[in-house]
Amino acid sequence: MPPAPAVPLFTFDDVWLRAEDRDILRGVTTTIPAEGITVIRGASGSGKSTLLRLCNRLEVPTSGRILFRTEDLLSIDPVQLRRRVGMVFQRPTPFPGTVLENLLAAAPMTPEQAERQLDRVGLPADFLERDALTLSGGESQRMCLARTLATGCEVLLADEITSALDPEATARLEQLGKELSASGTSVLWVTHDDEQADRMADHLIRIEGGRVVE
Amino acid sequence: MSNEPTLWGLAASGILVAVAVGISLWRRLGLERSMLWASLRALVQLLLIGSALELIIDPARPLLLSWAWVVLMLLFAGWTSHRRAPEVPGAFVLSLAAYSTSCVVSLGVLFGFSIFPVEGRTVVPLAGMVIGNSLASTVLVGRRIISELDEKRDEVEARLALGMTSTEAGQPYLRAAVRTALIPQVETTKAVGIVFLPGAMVGLILAGAEPLSAVRVQLAVMYLILGSVATTTSVVALGLSRRLFTSDHRLVRVSSPAT
Repeated sequence: MPPAPAVPLFTFDDVWLRAEDRDILRGVTTTIPAEGITVIRGASGSGKSTLLRLCNRLEVPTSGRILFRTEDLLSIDPVQLRRRVGMVFQRPTPFPGTVLENLLAAAPMTPEQAERQLDRVGLPADFLERDALTLSGGESQRMCLARTLATGCEVLLADEITSALDPEATARLEQLGKELSASGTSVLWVTHDDEQADRMADHLIRIEGGRVVE
Repeated sequence: MSNEPTLWGLAASGILVAVAVGISLWRRLGLERSMLWASLRALVQLLLIGSALELIIDPARPLLLSWAWVVLMLLFAGWTSHRRAPEVPGAFVLSLAAYSTSCVVSLGVLFGFSIFPVEGRTVVPLAGMVIGNSLASTVLVGRRIISELDEKRDEVEARLALGMTSTEAGQPYLRAAVRTALIPQVETTKAVGIVFLPGAMVGLILAGAEPLSAVRVQLAVMYLILGSVATTTSVVALGLSRRLFTSDHRLVRVSSPAT
């Protein structure tokens, strides 16, 4: 059953995260809507990536509570949660092997289905047999996006996914993020780039020193 | 044993140490003191261990003494592994478990199938072969797993983020580490007899045993070592994967050494 529109995608309630003797998040209380692109903006070390990693349980809060729609995040099986809440990382993370093998790591699929996954991110079908480790930064990041989308996730967490890319590759990924959002996928887009935040954001969360300030 | 060197013979073999020291002086290697110290240490350590073994493996003494000696070896090996790989969490317990498992499996086969009789004379040296030969590969596999998972943290987390379990996400890196630790032993096993004659066989032949009976003993020992190295590295890999991932499939942050 689809969730009621008023229910936020994520609800953070006084979330603290302490690691290596440092408070990385300090009492974060905020909501992230299900519709559109939510940009989480902040300087390096502000805690924005940690906030994102909490959404798919690559981190767990030291205290506080996070809801995914109406469920307590910690009550959801993490493996199931991560297939619903996909993530693409700052640096491309191709696995050794071909592009097809990378896609198959996400889900079983026929070569035709794999071609369609590549098509979603604007990569040609003949990439399937390419060695994933030889792709350019932009191509590799798009393959990683295709791999994540192949899980059938309903939410995409994008952790500064353009920070290592040139302007052309950045523009392509921004466009893909917007297309995904338009097709109904909730997108959380982390960036330290104010101009990119302005270009992408339907909703904006600014984080400073582990606290949400806007 | 009819061909063992006399004390005079042993002293004469010291000439070879003098040759090594002479070369060091001649080529200005600066290793003379180290060579003399190493040779002296080897002499004292082996004499001490030989005397202790004489006492322990004496057939008149209870077999329990030999097993107690094995336990001491296990504890010492666990401590050595911990010292050599301090970055591996829980290295002492983990390697102790690995060496113990390996001893149970390897000695279980050798004694269970009556390949060797259960005597102090066999228990202590065979356990020593298992533990001694597994030590380097245990340390290697532990360090390798830590550095692999640390260096490829992004890749491992990308696998977890796709909804893989920690077992699935860690498998390629654990497999690579175990392979790295096992390959030298496999290569040694392949090269034996062609490239080099192993120590146990040389020792037996020098001591007057028939070459073919020395070969039989050596083969059993080589297979023992191969089996024990495979067992210890697998136990360490399994144990470490449980320590490096949480029960909710997150990768624990453990820094590899700066080297």
